[in-house]
Amino acid sequence: MRNQILVLTTFAVGALLAACERQAEHDTAPSAYQKQLQTALITAKPGDVITIPAGVHEFNRGLSLNVSGVTIRGEGMDKSILSFKNQVQGAEGLLVSASDFTIEDLAIEDTAGDGLKINEGRNIIIRRVRAEWTNGPDEKNGAYGIYPVQTENVLLEECVAIAASDAGIYVGQSRNVVVRNNRAERNVAGIEIENTFNADVYGNVTNENTGGILVFNMPDLPQPGHSTRVFGNTVIANNTDNFGAAGTPVASVPAGSGIVINSNDKVEIFDNEIADNDTANIIISSYYAAGFQGTRDMAADYDPYPETIYIYGNRLSGGGSSPDGLDLKALKVAMFGLTGSLPDVLWDGFVNADKLDADGVHLPEYAICVDNEDAEILNADLPNGSDNIVVGATQHRCQHKKLPAVVLAAPLS
Amino acid sequence: MRQVFVAIALCMLISACEPAARPVVVHSADEIPDHLSAWGVVFADGNHFELNDGVVPYDLNTPLFTDYALKLRTVWLPNDTSAEYNGSRELDFPVGTIISKTFHYEKADSWSDDSFAVLKTDRESTLNVDGYLDLDDYVLIETRLLVRYEDGWRAFPYVWNYAQDDASLELAGDQRTIELVDDNSSESIAYIVPDANQCAGCHTPDHSAKEMRPLGPRAWQLNRAYSWWGSAGTQLEHWAVSGMLTGHSDSPPRGVRWALPGDATLEQRAKAYLDANCAHCHNPTGAADTSALHLNIDAPVDRRYGICKTPVAVGRGSGDRPYDIYPGRPGDSILVYRMQHSDPAIAMPELGRGTVHVEGLALISDWIASMNGEC
Repeated sequence: MRNQILVLTTFAVGALLAACERQAEHDTAPSAYQKQLQTALITAKPGDVITIPAGVHEFNRGLSLNVSGVTIRGEGMDKSILSFKNQVQGAEGLLVSASDFTIEDLAIEDTAGDGLKINEGRNIIIRRVRAEWTNGPDEKNGAYGIYPVQTENVLLEECVAIAASDAGIYVGQSRNVVVRNNRAERNVAGIEIENTFNADVYGNVTNENTGGILVFNMPDLPQPGHSTRVFGNTVIANNTDNFGAAGTPVASVPAGSGIVINSNDKVEIFDNEIADNDTANIIISSYYAAGFQGTRDMAADYDPYPETIYIYGNRLSGGGSSPDGLDLKALKVAMFGLTGSLPDVLWDGFVNADKLDADGVHLPEYAICVDNEDAEILNADLPNGSDNIVVGATQHRCQHKKLPAVVLAAPLS
Repeated sequence: MRQVFVAIALCMLISACEPAARPVVVHSADEIPDHLSAWGVVFADGNHFELNDGVVPYDLNTPLFTDYALKLRTVWLPNDTSAEYNGSRELDFPVGTIISKTFHYEKADSWSDDSFAVLKTDRESTLNVDGYLDLDDYVLIETRLLVRYEDGWRAFPYVWNYAQDDASLELAGDQRTIELVDDNSSESIAYIVPDANQCAGCHTPDHSAKEMRPLGPRAWQLNRAYSWWGSAGTQLEHWAVSGMLTGHSDSPPRGVRWALPGDATLEQRAKAYLDANCAHCHNPTGAADTSALHLNIDAPVDRRYGICKTPVAVGRGSGDRPYDIYPGRPGDSILVYRMQHSDPAIAMPELGRGTVHVEGLALISDWIASMNGEC
């Protein structure tokens, strides 16, 4: 996997240098509405509803809200459009540092950095918001479309995220989160749940991204994630070339990844429609295989291994027919022939030696369980230089106790 | 010590002669005046910019960089009040305190109202010997006020008019196109006056508490001389002697001037610079604790300070460099990449950086280059 990452990386660097500096449009006068909306956000009081009329509203600098208890409401995600095409300042379109916040029925387009970022807050509703880079996939696009981080009790539903150069919908370092019935297309990552616990991700359509749905844990952060359920989603043909900025974690996601679990624990994947993802429909990997070269040492308190994974009842088809990267391509041809395909589930094979039984197999509570009819899992045995690659449907057949559903607390319940 | 007193009294006396006695007024938070002059802290008449009686200018050892703007800082305390010394965070100022910061530039030879050509010069602002700024030589851009109310600090951005005789409250901020000129180059940039929320974006170093606070007037930042006092001694000592400060320590934390080679070690100067420019967000309780990169001056230089630390939600900001700080390799360090760029998707800090701070970048690059070790 590493070679393929290096290839991707080298490619992306050239493009990045070529397109580095965003031309600042110094003489673009801010619209009168920019000032009006900024002022409304600055002077907002708890309980206020700030309405965004229909129309395309141009902004050249970021907006922010610091007052809790505010609702921002447009007239529809295709009607009330906040456009940041000429943004000269501010890393986000709208930055919210507040609780009891609702935003609905509007679009945020073409921001320099993230579209909507919500940094630290409780009781957050993001509903029917579209975050899009209208030029389509491009590594100059902003990183995240919709980005709640360090939030608690969050409902993110019926949103649309398109062409983010990192994740369309990214939930980071949060707890008690429901992400449902959204559509994320042509992003590097469609939906990413990172360092978050108690998240339900269901009813979403994540097609044509580089990777459809990611459940990741990154080192050094205040909160390790666990307990995510990914179910009832449509995850089809996530084969868009990776256009993530080189050096970001997602830049190492191979094109053609359906659902990817990296270094996260207690993840349940069930009842999804996962098809035609050319590298693999499901990938389970450790931090060691995530594109961070082996020279990078690890934070002492970080758990890089995916554990207690439970995959069952998914409808898996196609997939694995044209993996991204030379190593995987060679592996596919060698094991399955020119016209064959990699199995539905790929696992890098890294395990924590402290969590194995005498035979070197995961203790049951940490096992990677794939109990999905005849779906096969390929253990790439990366820790041993792929000396002993194992493919089969039965060696991971086991069950875990199912995770409870996420229950949103009042006032979102 | 007695001489100091005399010197202070003399200064006060002189500045009290002009401008005509207009009081400083602390307006209530829900009746903020549209014009800066109504506060009575600083004045300009198109020719001179000056301070009111009792308004004390001060300087920091290591200020935040803002597009090469010169910054004149002042503090005013209500009668018979004083600030309480604090060795680790900002001094504890009494209710009614007004802190001001006036952003201005020295005009370039090619200056006109249309060209807005100003000098790109990395120096400190100083009042002239008569205690004012001559507006033939300088152009005023904005004055930001921080006012201490019963329930905490509030921030108000005022933007100077073209006549340079008053500034207007612009809660939504403003934008000016300016031409930054030095001996070798000329660069047009969008100078951005932050909106009131963006003021809070930096002035809330504890992002969970969401409490606005001044950032500059901390003991280590104030621990230096300032010529306005007309004699030797640090600002802290003068504030203590003049009654502005109580509880002053005999051994305040060392002041570190980032721009003064020899004043401190390279690492101390780099840490001072990163504290002033980054730590309002990048501290363990700051808005950027999401990144787990902590650049506060009292943080140890370890992984969380960026040493061999991989990025998290960096977006386009990594430039394909592996670590925030790669010892010995500034060209492979993300900190350096972010300082090298002004694109809002890449640049750090996020505000006040329409151009690259060449001298700050050199300091951080030199420091990283001087480090030993591998990742």
